[in-house]
Order: sequence, then C-alpha cells, then structure tokens
Amino acid sequence: MDTGYAAWMLASASMVLLMTPGLAFFYGGMTRSKSVLNMMMMSFGAMGVVGVVYVLWGWSMSFGSQDVATLFANPFELFGLRDVAATDLVFVGFQATFAVITCALISGAIADRAKFSAWMLFVPIWVTVVYFPLAHMVWGGGFLSGAENGLASLVFGVADGIANVAPVDYAGGTVVHINAGIAGLVLALLIGARRGFGKEVMRPHNLPFTMLGAGLLWFGWFGFNVGSIVPVATQGVGGERGAFFTNSVAFAENFVGETGLVWVNTFVATCAAMLGWLLIEKLRDGKATSLGAASGVVAGLVAITPACGSLSPVGSILLGLASGALCALAVGLKYRFGYDDSLDVVGVHLVGGLVGTIGVGFLATSGGLFYGDGVRQLVVQTLVAVAAMVWAGVLTLLVGLLVKAAVGWRIPEEDEVEGIDFTEHGETAYELTSRGGAGSRLAPTPASTPSSEGALA
Amino acid sequence: MKLVTAVIKPHKWDEVREALETFGVTGMTVSEVSGYGRQKGHTEVYRGAEYDVALVPKVRLEIVVEDADVDDVVGIVVKTAQTGRIGDGKVWVVPVESVVRVRTGDRDEAAL
Repeated sequence: MDTGYAAWMLASASMVLLMTPGLAFFYGGMTRSKSVLNMMMMSFGAMGVVGVVYVLWGWSMSFGSQDVATLFANPFELFGLRDVAATDLVFVGFQATFAVITCALISGAIADRAKFSAWMLFVPIWVTVVYFPLAHMVWGGGFLSGAENGLASLVFGVADGIANVAPVDYAGGTVVHINAGIAGLVLALLIGARRGFGKEVMRPHNLPFTMLGAGLLWFGWFGFNVGSIVPVATQGVGGERGAFFTNSVAFAENFVGETGLVWVNTFVATCAAMLGWLLIEKLRDGKATSLGAASGVVAGLVAITPACGSLSPVGSILLGLASGALCALAVGLKYRFGYDDSLDVVGVHLVGGLVGTIGVGFLATSGGLFYGDGVRQLVVQTLVAVAAMVWAGVLTLLVGLLVKAAVGWRIPEEDEVEGIDFTEHGETAYELTSRGGAGSRLAPTPASTPSSEGALA
Repeated sequence: MKLVTAVIKPHKWDEVREALETFGVTGMTVSEVSGYGRQKGHTEVYRGAEYDVALVPKVRLEIVVEDADVDDVVGIVVKTAQTGRIGDGKVWVVPVESVVRVRTGDRDEAAL
C-alpha cells in the first residue's frame, strides 16, 4: 500500500471540504447585508445534508459496481458503506466533498429569496437524481466515460473495452461546474427574479469576504484537482479502487510527475484568468476591481478543472486567459435576458465549465486540435458537455417543480424586503447596521483627555 | 444658545474635531449620515453592472454653543472642512431654548 498516496488523499479530501465554507464567504460577501447569513447557510446546509446522503447511498449510486443502463449504479449495493473496502473509504470522503460543493454552488443563483426549507428539500433530491448519476456516467464507468457502451465509443468506436477517443474530465468540468451552472440557471428561471432586480442597487456588501472566499477556494482547489489523479497503474474503466495502492517505481514516477503538473496548471491558469478578467474590466469599465479579481480566480479554477491533467502549463495560461475574459463578458448576459442568476453561477461556472471542457479539445497535448491531432477529441468533449447540460437541465427542472409543488420556493415579498436573514433564520449578521435602519453610527476617536461630560456637554 | 449642525466630508471630521477642541469646544454629537446635494451620487460598477449610488456618505456634527461663540465655531468648521470641491457640505445654526445636564440638573450655559 502506498501510504504517501493515501495521506495525500486524506489531505485532499479535507482541502476540498474547506472549499464549501470558502464558497460561503465568496457568495456571502456578494449579497446584501440583509441576506448574507441565508447565503452562507445554503452552503452549510448542503454540507450537512449531502454528507449524510453521500454515506447512505451517494457512493453506491456513483461508484458501485451494479450499473443501471449506464446512467447510475444501484443505490442499495453499498448502502451505508456496507461492504465498502477499507482502502476505498478515503475515496468516499474525497468524492463526498465534491457532491457537497456542487450543490452549494447552485445556491448563488437564488440569493435573497428562497425558503430555507425548500433549499434543504431540493438538495438531497437533486444530488440523488442529478449529481450521483452524472458522477457515475463520467467517473464511474457510465455513459459519458470511455466505457465501451458509452457515448464516445458510439461515436468513434472502441478497442479493448475502452473508447478510441475517451472523454476527458479530470476533476469535474461536467459533473461539478456545467452541472451546477445549468441547475442554477433553471432555478433562477423557475423561482424568478429578486424584487427590484435590474432597478434597485444590489451591490456586494462585503468584498473582503468575497476575496477571502476566493483565496480559500483557490487553496482547496489544489486538493480538488491534484487529488483527482487516478494513477496509471490502476487506470481502466470501473477498475478496482483498492488496487490503487501499489509500491512500484512506475507508480511513484507517474504520481509525482502528474500531481506536479496538475498543481502547476491549476496555479497558472488561475493567475491568467484573473488577469483576463481584470483586463476586460479595465478596457470596458475603466477600472480593475477586487470583485473582478476574485471572480477571475474562480473562473480560472473552473476552466482548468477538467483540463488540468492534459494541458501543458503554457496551454493552461491560454485556457485561463480565455476563461477569465469570456466569463467577465458572460456575467452581463443576465441583464440582457432578464434572468436573475444573482451571483453569476451561469456566467462563471457554466461558461467556465464549458470553456474548460471544450478547451481540452483544442489544447490537450495529446488529442488537441492545436497540437495537430484533429477534431475528434473536440467533438467528444462537445458532445459530453451538451449531454451533461441536457441531463442537468431537464432533471433539475423536474426536481425544482417538485419542490415548488411540495413547499413552494419563494418567501413572501415583504419578507424579502425585510431581509431573509431575519425572516428565515431569526438572525441578522451585523449588530452595527440596525435592521432596516438608516445606517450605523460613527464611533468617535477618543480625545487625548477623554471628557467625562459626553456629547453636548 | 445655538445648535450648530455641520454636514461634512467624512475624511475631514478628525481635523474639524481637533480644531474645535483647540478653540475650546468640549463635546459634540457625531453621526454617520448619507444624503445628497449638488454633488449628487456617483457610479459604481460590480461585475459589469453599473449602479447609480444616489446617496453620498457624510458625517454630521451637532454642537450646542453660547451665542458669543457661534461665529467662531461656524468659521472654524468651514475653514477646516473646506476643500473647495463640490460636496464639502453645509453648516447651519438654529436657536436652542434650553439645555439641561442630566447628571447634575445644571441648566443652560452652565450645562454646556
């Protein structure tokens, strides 16, 4: 057993879990001060409910061995992690954190206005109906993997049980980002815009929170991407995960080389994406902003997620620049089309996820169009992205409608105006700005000789 | 007695306070306020969305002074808070009928 690999997986899983509180800060800073707690609670709520659901049937549905129609695996086979090999448990933990953050990402589309009960009902149903199957399809040997009965095999044929042109999604461009982006779009359309959307000022209330969150996300993302390695000695469709632990020299060389490449790619694509976003802002709006920097960081991380194992570092810079610039342009679409994707889940995660997933077809050092390897990888990547969008779109709508019929999505209009923190949670985030009040008071600097007379003395 | 109310630029408040203290003013009430006059608001851009922020943040000082000190106090505030650019604020004076110090029950000038 390679204990170094096992230790890295434990660390990775913990880092990815930290991304969800990080996301809570990233999103929380962007909301108005009257709804920051609800925003952060949607992330924390997702941690609670998805963690439990994942242990009960999530792992079984995603990575169990009893495939159902290439779409998902039998939820009862490994229910409650019964019969899961001890050496697999660290992968259960790692994958559970991915399911958590994917759900949390969606919450940015429905800021300020969704009942907490509706969210807590939506999350376990959505993760079961939409996420676990998609994880199975892409990573568990299902329809969107390189399996012999998968989409890629149908298009370009199959040899030795693996598609000639296997789709590439290293760490979740489809499963996490395109999936969450489409789900966010569907919910934003289903639930409707915030009161005053497009008319009232809805500027972020705490940009340092947002930058703190972006930093935590970036840090955690090294676990997300670098921990997604499947060492070469054990690759294969539906391979035995316990067999990952080996001690061979070949394994060690592959592990060190690949993790290093993925780390550097995750780092440099993100740097470039931040620059890309800031450049667009400087040219279009005249000023480079802190919100733009934080957003560019996330746009880069999203785009490099599927691509981090198959690009060169310079290719990663190009991908990052493209993602930063395109996402910076895409966040304006909601005003043009009138859907209130409040914190730009579509503009950042859907667009960034598409840039990364399809970008692999251009920039992969093996199979990419820019490397003279033709369009076949590009075609496969595009098909997989479209399939993921259709899957997520249709099923999210059904789940969303179900929740609407069961408990309803919207809080009453007067509660929304009052502030969802108080009306849904009975709390307010800040003591200094009295709820609904005109503003806080300035605390005067004490004079050198403090007067005991007080004001108006 | 007069109540002097001044609405000034926030970054000027510390200077104004020091100048008033030097003159002999021993206390005041200070609040963060927002409003607009000729300065109107300004524009902020978040993720490409332009917001017209109508209200401008200001600091409001309230000082009760003896009649004899009114012109000096107003003069100090105006001189210290002035930058010459739009948005410097306003100072106004209204008469005060009576003042009581809560701790002692002292009235009027003795309570200042």
